[in-house]
Amino acid sequence: MNIDDKNNSLSVELDNVRLRNPTMLASGILGISQSIFERLYRENIGAVVTKSISVSPMKGYPNPTVIPLGGGSYLNAVGLSNPGVDAFSRELSHNKNIPIFISLVGSSEKEFSRMVKTFDSLNILGYEINLSCPHVSKMGMEVGDDPEAVNKIVKTVRMNTSKPISVKVGVGSVDVIELARVAIDAGANIITAINTLRAMSIDIETMMPILSNRIGGLSGNAIKPIGIRCVYEISKKLEVPVIGCGGVSSWRDVIEYMIAGATAVQIGSVLGSRGPRIFNQITKALLNYVENKNLKNISEIIGIAHKY
Amino acid sequence: MHTSIDTRRIVRIEEIVSETPTVKTLVFKDDLSYAARPGQFLMVWIPRIEEIPMSAMINFKEGYAAVTIRKSGVGSTALFERKEGDVIGLRGPYGNEFALGKNYKKILIIGGGTGLVPLLRLASFAIKKRLNITMVLGARSKKEVFFEKMARKLLEPVRSSVKICTDDGSYGLKGTTVDIMSTLLRNNTFDCVYTCGPELMMKGVVDLANKNSIPVQASLERYMKCGIGICGSCCLDSLLVCQDGTVFNGKQLSKMLDFGISYRDKDGQRICYS
Ligand SMILES: Cc1cc2nc3c(=O)[nH]c(=O)nc-3n(C[C@H](O)[C@H](O)[C@H](O)COP(=O)(O)O)c2cc1C
Ligand code: FES
Repeated sequence: MNIDDKNNSLSVELDNVRLRNPTMLASGILGISQSIFERLYRENIGAVVTKSISVSPMKGYPNPTVIPLGGGSYLNAVGLSNPGVDAFSRELSHNKNIPIFISLVGSSEKEFSRMVKTFDSLNILGYEINLSCPHVSKMGMEVGDDPEAVNKIVKTVRMNTSKPISVKVGVGSVDVIELARVAIDAGANIITAINTLRAMSIDIETMMPILSNRIGGLSGNAIKPIGIRCVYEISKKLEVPVIGCGGVSSWRDVIEYMIAGATAVQIGSVLGSRGPRIFNQITKALLNYVENKNLKNISEIIGIAHKY
Repeated sequence: MHTSIDTRRIVRIEEIVSETPTVKTLVFKDDLSYAARPGQFLMVWIPRIEEIPMSAMINFKEGYAAVTIRKSGVGSTALFERKEGDVIGLRGPYGNEFALGKNYKKILIIGGGTGLVPLLRLASFAIKKRLNITMVLGARSKKEVFFEKMARKLLEPVRSSVKICTDDGSYGLKGTTVDIMSTLLRNNTFDCVYTCGPELMMKGVVDLANKNSIPVQASLERYMKCGIGICGSCCLDSLLVCQDGTVFNGKQLSKMLDFGISYRDKDGQRICYS
């Protein structure tokens, strides 16, 4: 069975773009290679989000940068390593039909406008602005925790593109709903929630922090209930499309996020144990779910939990 | 107690073998590494310095394994400088393995440098199946040859031959491993060719095997951050060396645009060999 674009019981509308199904790749997961994006598309993914890209290439932190914690949870401090705007726009230059959101990270309006100007002529769906990476200074969450900076950056990106903009929020010192509101008021169309949460792991034998950066971000199973809560609150209060993210490991989690209010759902850490084929498995299971529940389209379940 | 491969084990380096002035083998006790399949790798933590992927080297003692390091970058140099009694962390073994076909009788193993590590483990599995094994060890010159004694000792119990070659002819046969392979193919038929070593050498071996329609498998290396299919830093075309590899077959390799051509840097930019 191939779940193609004609089978629209799984299709969802994110702002003004239509995804063939609600599954997406989370930023920073396998996110630097066009050939990998094509492979994920063959596995029936709805859309991909790239690794967060900055103006200049970044090598990131030394290893250890990613640690499996057991129980499907992970800790990472990769340090936003990425090839930079120019190399990455070459990487995507032959893209024809893969639905791609480019994740952007930076510290000033100038950097964001330079990136959007370079990327905007590519064949891409839109952007996700990463305001929530919890472990790199002057980028990500350090920007996200400053509402005035968020306002300026989102406005700058808005001025340079007519494509949809999602702003990715996390759990920092500014309330997520407040942050989401500032982003939407500045011209963002979608909110992605959530990024990883600041966390740490220490080896008791050597008594040393394991990550080279000592502190990193927690992802995977452990953060799902927090993600569900954020999606529920944001979609209830702001009435904008929300992309859920955090701890999805099965089709059930996708459904749970949608019931909480997500229009689409990103999948990240679980690729470590299940590989790219998880997108195909989840998509097929969603199709079953839609049939069993007698739904015309999966969107019918979005935000049902708001009633209770 | 059952330990998951993801659980970090802290092990003490019990023995260090100097293979060449720039290559050392560090021996430690770890049941999961002892049981590693040929081609699988460990993520080796050098506390507060680095974590690097290393193929699991065999050791003749039960419950023991090793890693063989060539001193080059920050991580490998730090590991190279460890002393007996120092501790390192391990997770893994991760990745797929060299496959020995059910009806294989005679195989050819071709390796160079630290690429011999997974091949010696492969040989130890092939011996249990009583296969006829021809092993070619290549090096630039005499002082770069190592693991010869280990290979001869390991292969003793079965019908086998070990051939050494050097580019400059200072030891063994003169020529590259690919030269030796093409000579061997004139008078022998092999069920499969297995290779690991410098990528351009493997490219030569794979192309020659494909041209002669002989099944071939190669264990590849790429820069890795996670080792478990999350970060994407080890990608090779649409495949991940850590999760889909490290071993790929001739058919997969012949379709790859990156194999023998390019790899990705720490920041993910594509860099060409040579
Ligand atoms: C190794 C790794 C790298 C990540 N890099 C980024 C990144 O560059 N930009 C970003 O917005 N989020 C990044 N994230 C966060 C994920 O996109 C996602 O928000 C988080 O992992 C929660 O989802 P999950 O539980 O499905 O992994 C990264 C996560 C991991 C595990
Ligand atoms: S090393 Fe991270 S995906 Fe292979």
